[in-house]
Amino acid sequence: MNNYSEKIKSVLTDLGLSLLSIVIALIVGTLFIFLTDKSPLDAYSALYIGAFGNFSAIANTLWRSTPLILTGLAVALPFRAGLFNIGAEGQLLMGGFTAGVVGFYFTSLPAFIHLPFAIIAGMLVGGLWGGLPGFLKAKMDVHEVIATIMLNHIAIALTINYGINIFRDTGRPATPRIMESASMFNFKNIMDYPLLSNLPFAELFAQPAIRLHINFFLALIAAVILWYLLFKTTLGYEMRAVGFNPDGAEYGGINASKGIITAMFISGAVAGLAGVGEVLGTHLSFMQGMDAGYGFTGIAVALIGQTHPIGVILGGILFGALAQGGLEMQFSGIPSEIVMLIQALVIFFVAALQVFKVYLAKRKAKGGVE
Amino acid sequence: MDTLKQIFSLSLFLASFRFATPLILAALGGIFSERSGVVNIALEGMILIGAFAAVYGSASTGSPWIGVLYSMIAGLAFAAILALVCVTFKANQIVVGTGINIFASGITIFLLQVLFGVKGTSPMVGRLPAYRLFGVRFNPITYIALILVPVVWFIFFKTHWGLRIRSIGEHPAAADTLGISVNKWRFISVLISGVLAGLAGAHLSIGDGSAFVREMSAGRGFIALAAMIFGKWHPFGAFGAAMLFGFAEAIAVRVDFAFIPSELISAIPYVLTLVVLAGFFGKSIPPAASGEPYYKGEK
Repeated sequence: MNNYSEKIKSVLTDLGLSLLSIVIALIVGTLFIFLTDKSPLDAYSALYIGAFGNFSAIANTLWRSTPLILTGLAVALPFRAGLFNIGAEGQLLMGGFTAGVVGFYFTSLPAFIHLPFAIIAGMLVGGLWGGLPGFLKAKMDVHEVIATIMLNHIAIALTINYGINIFRDTGRPATPRIMESASMFNFKNIMDYPLLSNLPFAELFAQPAIRLHINFFLALIAAVILWYLLFKTTLGYEMRAVGFNPDGAEYGGINASKGIITAMFISGAVAGLAGVGEVLGTHLSFMQGMDAGYGFTGIAVALIGQTHPIGVILGGILFGALAQGGLEMQFSGIPSEIVMLIQALVIFFVAALQVFKVYLAKRKAKGGVE
Repeated sequence: MDTLKQIFSLSLFLASFRFATPLILAALGGIFSERSGVVNIALEGMILIGAFAAVYGSASTGSPWIGVLYSMIAGLAFAAILALVCVTFKANQIVVGTGINIFASGITIFLLQVLFGVKGTSPMVGRLPAYRLFGVRFNPITYIALILVPVVWFIFFKTHWGLRIRSIGEHPAAADTLGISVNKWRFISVLISGVLAGLAGAHLSIGDGSAFVREMSAGRGFIALAAMIFGKWHPFGAFGAAMLFGFAEAIAVRVDFAFIPSELISAIPYVLTLVVLAGFFGKSIPPAASGEPYYKGEK
């Protein structure tokens, strides 16, 4: 019973710290808005209306949050195992590129084979791109931060620079358009499906401006699976034990190498799914710029979500809302890069406030001894 | 045969100095920071803000030299954020470094719009003069970078300041016992790394070119990090690695290979770094306390 209230308290502290850092970031953000001679109130109301003002804005907020939730998860899971994955960007590119190639290369597969095939291939390659630094860390003691940075840049060279050039068929820096059979379900086309069009609220989705696609739900499913994996399975327990104290875990009979490689592989696959969704759901081809820094924003998302899968969903939606609302801000003459600044500020403040939490825990531990 | 001739030409070799300059400077900066025990993955962002500040300084005062000064101040300011949050408040260095990189991309594009009213490329500004060496023109920052390599080596291995910085990166508690203020020296080292990275940015914007282009650092901060590791956290080692990577960049721009696509040549530094880290060319071992905040009174 006591344990339970303790748990709620810790969740509330986490939530409080996250909210506090968002509020501080928004307040500091006003300083930059003043530079543009616009009123912060106008800017933030434009931001809000752009993100949540009507049904299609909300749907598009969720659309933009999709890759962020996934890259956030890709950072959060290894974080729990004591690893810092800043390679989500590269894993996303590799996954997206693979899905894009599978998507256009096979021309005569039925959709129920083609789409899952493209998704799984993308996730697998993303997973390998994440598993490689895991392997290097576990077997050769290569720091995963450096390895993932290097792999990000190798991925950029392989996919954006080289990959696009060998496959592209037009002047556009992109691979050829994927087949219809490999594309993900877009909600705006809901009326084309007799079964779905009878659902309540179906007509709300049938607006051409809505870009939400099924990958949002795959992201939610991924979050739930990762939550289950982390907190309800032995493997997850082992990962967290390795993150908490690698030597202690090893001493207690846990195979740390296995935990590290598995965590990185799964995380790569999840980041790969982010790329897969952008290619098969959003752009319908692998194109230059489709990564849009999601791998790095994912770090902020993971932190604001306190590296908890459910927290990551909320953090992803928040950042998706900032991105979606930023467009509306741009329309009213305020550079949408304010959003990037706010995201960076959120990172600073979450990181700085984390220290406060450590301090609280230390004081409590000391109090216990005395 | 022609390819070989092109690779081993003097002009290509000299051109690599130009490409290597920002890498050398930022890698030296990285050495300062990491040797003191602070991982600096924010070099990328510091280069970017330095590049922007240099253009702003040159545009607003008409003197590219003031631009150079601005670039160093901007790098210093960003380094101060890293030092404050990570050294003083002991936050996670990699998290904050990532934050600074995102912040730098955002603020430079934002300021381009606010100060210059453009989104992608700033107006042309006055650039640094170039001076000839062996018939090839280099801007002063290249010379500064080359001079700094032995200077930094001297500081690290021949002065007591250097010994202090190395000792707090290897065993901060022991240094602390000897009366060295760990956090003060870490703060200073991070600031120096910011100044050097800012200077690297000035080379890109007003040394090698004469305008700021969004995201113009283009991963050089990370290549510099790779050069630092490849060079085993040693100024001469990092210089050699930076030259190698600069050479790779020069080749990718100028030479056509039959057997390897030029798009992939840019990945060579990264692949090499991974190979080195995996221990194929002798293990590259970071300073022992790198990445760990120091709490007084703990082991």
